[in-house]
Amino acid sequence: MLRYVITRLVSLGLSLVAASLVIFAVVEIIPGDPAAFMLGLNASEDTVAALREELGLTGTLGARYFDWVSGMLSGDFGTSYTYRVPVADLVAARLWISIPLAFYALLLSVLLALPIGMVAAARRGRMFDYGIMGLTQLGIAVPNFWFAMLLVVLLAITLPIFPAGGFPGWDAGAFAALKALTLPAVALALPQASILARVMRSALIETLGQDYIRTARAKGLSEGQAIRRHGMRNAMIPVLTIVGLQFSFLLAGAIIIEKVFFLPGLGLLIFQGITQRDLVVVESVVMLLVFAVILVTFLVDLAYALVDPRLRHSR
Amino acid sequence: MNWPIQLRLGSALFGVFLLAALLSLVWTPYDVTELEIAAKLSAPSAAHWLGTDHLGRDMLSMLMAGARTSIAVALVAVGIGIALGVPLGLSAAANRGSFLDEIIMRGNDLIFAFPSLVIAILITAVFGPSALNAILAIGIFNIPVFARVARGAALTIWPREFILAARVAGKGKVLISTEHILPNIANLLVVQGTIQFSMGILAEAGLSYVGLGAQPPTPSWGRMLADAQTFFYGYPRLALLPGLAIVLTVLGLNLMGDGLRDLLDPRLRRAVR
Repeated sequence: MLRYVITRLVSLGLSLVAASLVIFAVVEIIPGDPAAFMLGLNASEDTVAALREELGLTGTLGARYFDWVSGMLSGDFGTSYTYRVPVADLVAARLWISIPLAFYALLLSVLLALPIGMVAAARRGRMFDYGIMGLTQLGIAVPNFWFAMLLVVLLAITLPIFPAGGFPGWDAGAFAALKALTLPAVALALPQASILARVMRSALIETLGQDYIRTARAKGLSEGQAIRRHGMRNAMIPVLTIVGLQFSFLLAGAIIIEKVFFLPGLGLLIFQGITQRDLVVVESVVMLLVFAVILVTFLVDLAYALVDPRLRHSR
Repeated sequence: MNWPIQLRLGSALFGVFLLAALLSLVWTPYDVTELEIAAKLSAPSAAHWLGTDHLGRDMLSMLMAGARTSIAVALVAVGIGIALGVPLGLSAAANRGSFLDEIIMRGNDLIFAFPSLVIAILITAVFGPSALNAILAIGIFNIPVFARVARGAALTIWPREFILAARVAGKGKVLISTEHILPNIANLLVVQGTIQFSMGILAEAGLSYVGLGAQPPTPSWGRMLADAQTFFYGYPRLALLPGLAIVLTVLGLNLMGDGLRDLLDPRLRRAVR
């Protein structure tokens, strides 16, 4: 087990280094001079030189990369050029919307998809199964931001149950805050739940065809008992993979959904950074999102080892 | 050959939008750059079958031209994925376990680890928003997908006897890969291509919706949705039509993918599904 964890940790570290190099290259090398890019076409040379000094762009590429990474490691993400405040503060305030939103959506997706997938697998080939599979096919095809717009018209304007947008802040109470996040979370969860339900169904069907399930049935367990005691744990491996992948889709998807609901989260921060050409903000937020995704992948890998003891000993 | 029902249904759905896109190359009922402010937000009529938008543009023409943008972006992005990913996957399989294989597969892992939408946004932010950059951003993420599928499939073909025969006949790895491996994995690539195509349509819609896709006056379904957002309550048609166009196109492509998989891989037809 220890060896497995160490190899995963090494791969986590390598992925982070590679990711930071790619982001650094895209943001700091490709646009040419970042200072000129941020100030636009009409900036005077003095202003550009001053900003270059302020951003620490005078050093060599290697030194700049090193400064950026070591800054991030000590919690210093640089200073936003437009807001004139540390990026870390900007990000910290917005994390409290984006992360809960992604988890809320993931929770909804899992709570919806697993039972549906299980029932569909148990009734495979019958009307219920066909109906559910048809619905999930549709759920996958629906763009989540469009679904979000439909939800707003139905459940915020026509029937004013939920707020149509905005976020009251966690100070307004957990109930009000969660209420504001409900429609965005539902919109995010729908396509993911559709995919997850299909994976759950086919994983269970695959497992149910195995000899050990037949043995369990032969020794007198009902189909339900056989699924619960022997089927679920084996079917969970592909399901866990997808849940891990979905977290990254949900975090990234939240960027667009935040725009639909005017939620002041990381997504809105990125778009403001882009329109204001505030590269410091864009670079740091993107790196943070990538870090979150790579970290979740690492945790999913560890979860595999807990679910499937064979993985602990391989390699 | 008897086509599975999903393939027939999917092809019919996607076919409608493909035809509309092709037709829009030579003809649309109205010019999509033509603003008729006096007739803005008008309901469907004989002159405008699907009505007009907030700038008085004909919705049917916009939808047709939007289909062209979506399909073109997604198609070229799939093309990038196949053109670069398949050779990478084939060479990784031909040199299994080598340093090259390791590099290609670890590079793929890395791209997979990135949240694709975030990087697409980063790319369009730095290079500037345009349809071309949307294609690049979506296409880059298709490369590892095709590399992985090609490698995995090619690895199952390499130990076969006819490959051994070709090697005995003196053919090199490149020739074997192109002449013998590629035709045998083409089925899988077509199925994967359909799936990536549908994901590309969704990705393009998302990027256009946030303003990072095709720029005005080029119509795109995603931007039509963004424009319609403020008018949604009063004029639901403006948002419902482009949204349905996206859903039906993606649904059609997904059904085609499922149907093609069943058609091309007879083993799956008999398997319990």
